[in-house]
Amino acid sequence: MKSFKEVAPEVEATVVWHKDFKSVNDWDAVVIPGGFSYGDWLRAGAIAARSEAVARLSEAVARGIPILGICNGFQVLVEAGLLRGAFLPNEHGRFVCRWVRLRVERPRGPWLKLAEDGVEVHMPVAHGEGRYYVSSDEYKELNSSYPIIRYIPEQNPNGSSYDIAGLGSRDGYVLGIMPHPERAVTPLLTPRGFRPGGELIFRSISRSLKSGW
Amino acid sequence: MGLYRVVVVVSYKKGLKDPEAETIYRDLILKHGYRAVKELRIGKQFTLLVEAEDSEKASSYVRELCDKLMIYNPVIHDIEVTVYS
Repeated sequence: MKSFKEVAPEVEATVVWHKDFKSVNDWDAVVIPGGFSYGDWLRAGAIAARSEAVARLSEAVARGIPILGICNGFQVLVEAGLLRGAFLPNEHGRFVCRWVRLRVERPRGPWLKLAEDGVEVHMPVAHGEGRYYVSSDEYKELNSSYPIIRYIPEQNPNGSSYDIAGLGSRDGYVLGIMPHPERAVTPLLTPRGFRPGGELIFRSISRSLKSGW
Repeated sequence: MGLYRVVVVVSYKKGLKDPEAETIYRDLILKHGYRAVKELRIGKQFTLLVEAEDSEKASSYVRELCDKLMIYNPVIHDIEVTVYS
């Protein structure tokens, strides 16, 4: 909410509790935030992925409503089968919270409208189960035609396959990202040597909703 | 109808890096000389008490719920279902 206020005040954003998410028709776009869902028991996002709200999200995907999953939101999208792959506990076994450098490849769709191919963006990660996993066969397909956001190799904070930090659906309508764009929108809260990369995503969706993508 | 105890073990697929198992194996088991141990895998165990006609039905019932509710994720996990009467 604050991120939109900060960088895209023209977007009207509201927090909706999952039980109040009754109809996809009411919204132009949906963001599933980070945090924890159902204690993250079983696996992060696994129980939320079987909830009614997420069943409605699948409808939204079918209708082409843009969906962004951040951190736990990304895990929910993967567990729900709306994005490929799976998540494992971080390779070093600890929670990790720090700023990372990322590269956007094949930007496409409403959330990455303003991104240029190969652009470097910065934002912080904060997760314990962020090791994205995908088989080498599936990766070949992803890497040929899907939007991918990658940790710059030596900055992979969790052992993710192929340094993957974020992934889109082929058309980019659905985007999942492990780092937190909403924590990277203001220079005041951005450490020295980094730039607030989250604004790219919030500005993109704002522009997309206004003038298409 | 009878009650069956169904034990489900979900573990990471072979070949997938499991740092917890590796650390326990290397830094605890091998370091303390238990060299006869050649491999260690870690899993999560679920014990369900299921009402069913026979043990086969109890097993297929549990397998179905494991698949449908994604108790395990076939991308990264193997699953083992054992029924005790």
